[in-house]
Amino acid sequence: MIISIASGKGGTGKTTIACNMAVSIGHDVQLLDCDVEEPNAHLFLHPIIDNIKTITTPVPIVDEEKCDLCGKCVEICQFKAIVILGDTILPFHDLCHSCGGCELVCPVKAITETGRELGEIEEGHLDGLQFVHGRLRIGEAMSPPLIKKVRTYCDADKLAIIDAPPGTSCPVIAAMKGTDFVLLVTEPTPFGLYDLKLAVGAVKILGIPCGLVINRSDIGDDKVMEYAKETGIPVLMEIPFERKIAEAYSRGDLIVEIMPEWKNKFQELYEAIKAIVY
Amino acid sequence: MKELVIISGKGGTGKTSLVAAFASLSSNHVLCDADVDAADLHLILDPQIKKQQDFISGNSAFIENEKCIQCDICRDLCRWDAIGANYEVDQIECEGCGVCVHFCPEQAIAFPENHCGEWFISETRFGPLVHARLKIAEENSGKLVSIIRQESKTLAEENNIDLMLTDGPPGIGCPVIASLGGATAVLIVVEPTVSGKHDMKRVLQLANHFKIPALVCVNKFDLNIEQTLEIEAFSQKNNLDAIGRIPFDPQFTKAMIEGKTIIEFNNNSESSQAIRDIWKSLEDRFQLREV
Ligand code: SF4
Ligand code: SF4
Repeated sequence: MIISIASGKGGTGKTTIACNMAVSIGHDVQLLDCDVEEPNAHLFLHPIIDNIKTITTPVPIVDEEKCDLCGKCVEICQFKAIVILGDTILPFHDLCHSCGGCELVCPVKAITETGRELGEIEEGHLDGLQFVHGRLRIGEAMSPPLIKKVRTYCDADKLAIIDAPPGTSCPVIAAMKGTDFVLLVTEPTPFGLYDLKLAVGAVKILGIPCGLVINRSDIGDDKVMEYAKETGIPVLMEIPFERKIAEAYSRGDLIVEIMPEWKNKFQELYEAIKAIVY
Repeated sequence: MKELVIISGKGGTGKTSLVAAFASLSSNHVLCDADVDAADLHLILDPQIKKQQDFISGNSAFIENEKCIQCDICRDLCRWDAIGANYEVDQIECEGCGVCVHFCPEQAIAFPENHCGEWFISETRFGPLVHARLKIAEENSGKLVSIIRQESKTLAEENNIDLMLTDGPPGIGCPVIASLGGATAVLIVVEPTVSGKHDMKRVLQLANHFKIPALVCVNKFDLNIEQTLEIEAFSQKNNLDAIGRIPFDPQFTKAMIEGKTIIEFNNNSESSQAIRDIWKSLEDRFQLREV
């Protein structure tokens, strides 16, 4: 089973939920941090890293000897990633979406592919937990291809918990698509509610069952609760605001480390999700 | 024309509340909500929309089944496995590259433009706001950010306004890159947590990469003084101005619920005082005051 943990609004506690749940379950579990722009789960889990891989995406290089400046590649490229300037052909690797179109249309076979670095994937472990995260290269604009690469580490025999990036656009979709359940983490504030509605919209498009965790559940108003009732989205967990939790988080400590009684609640959360999915 | 972009790397550090507070302190500016993916500034500013425009960007492939001869050429060429079992294009996977469109021997694939959202020019009690709504599950947020920043700039120039205040998106990917280019400075709002610090460093590297001067302020600084001191020490070592600290204050949430900025909600609170000091130091540094 694959559970993705998402939120719309950032900073609501996705990573906290993902890490605490993974550690509470403890065995046959994977944590895949797909927030590749700002991966944080490793700061809480301190996994032992066993393997680091550089991930690239194909981009064109042009053999100027062969190129006769016919312009067919420029024509097919939807992303203005290859242009003719005077009598030179110039690929702009940063803009390239790696579709391979230019290579396919080139009548003189002047185009081959090289790689643009997207970032790194680090793989590690912590007791019975397998850890994987992606780290987007600074200056790289496109995170979905790297997120999809992290997703390929999902092991069908294990429970995979995916820490998704914030928002509702393509990076989150890449992290949630094809997962069995989306756990949405929100806070009971106007920003939290507004962004939650957008996130629910995204989950609906993908047609995945979802449930809610309300974090800092006593800091705001009742609107998130009312929304959950109206839409029939189950509230699976509420975590009240406690300075002790906020401080533990600030140090990089897990809730279950400072309050072991929460371990049960996270296991129950997982059971509740299983009951919905199966 | 000056532009201050407020970002955070990590989401939820209080960036938008701070932008709203600055808006109530500054007298002459254009506001730009570049967090197009989860735009929240309007929830405090209650904008009256004056102009609305569609955001059209990119194309998507649609196979016209009556023309399709099921030759599978498109399936072999598509690098996103977007061609489904029944020769329909998975719109979530389709990258809009047009390769299938070009190579389809029957010209059976249509390639219309995408309507990805809307952008708006609005009036608020703190001056004009340019903002947008990206459709859910859409791409091209970077392009939308570029459009609304350009519109904000034009609006400012037309009205002889000298300052743009931009609420930037979280992360370090395409919308963030689009919100940084050409900015006067970026203010990084960080919280004193291990994640906050980690994410600040990455977004700072990005600012350095694009040679945009960066400043730092610590929000909820008293949640973890040790982390706050580490962030400030790191800033000093890296020639990064740490221009202030804002205390943890539940009134931010209360203000948000009433649709007010923290300054409007309680002008005398410690946090309001801290924000005023930060704003003043930004004004001095970038000569933002009108003469
Ligand atoms: S691979 Fe595709 S996106 Fe990249 S330059 Fe060639 S045509 Fe353009
Ligand atoms: S336009 Fe490109 S991504 Fe979309 S279906 Fe065709 S080949 Fe695949």
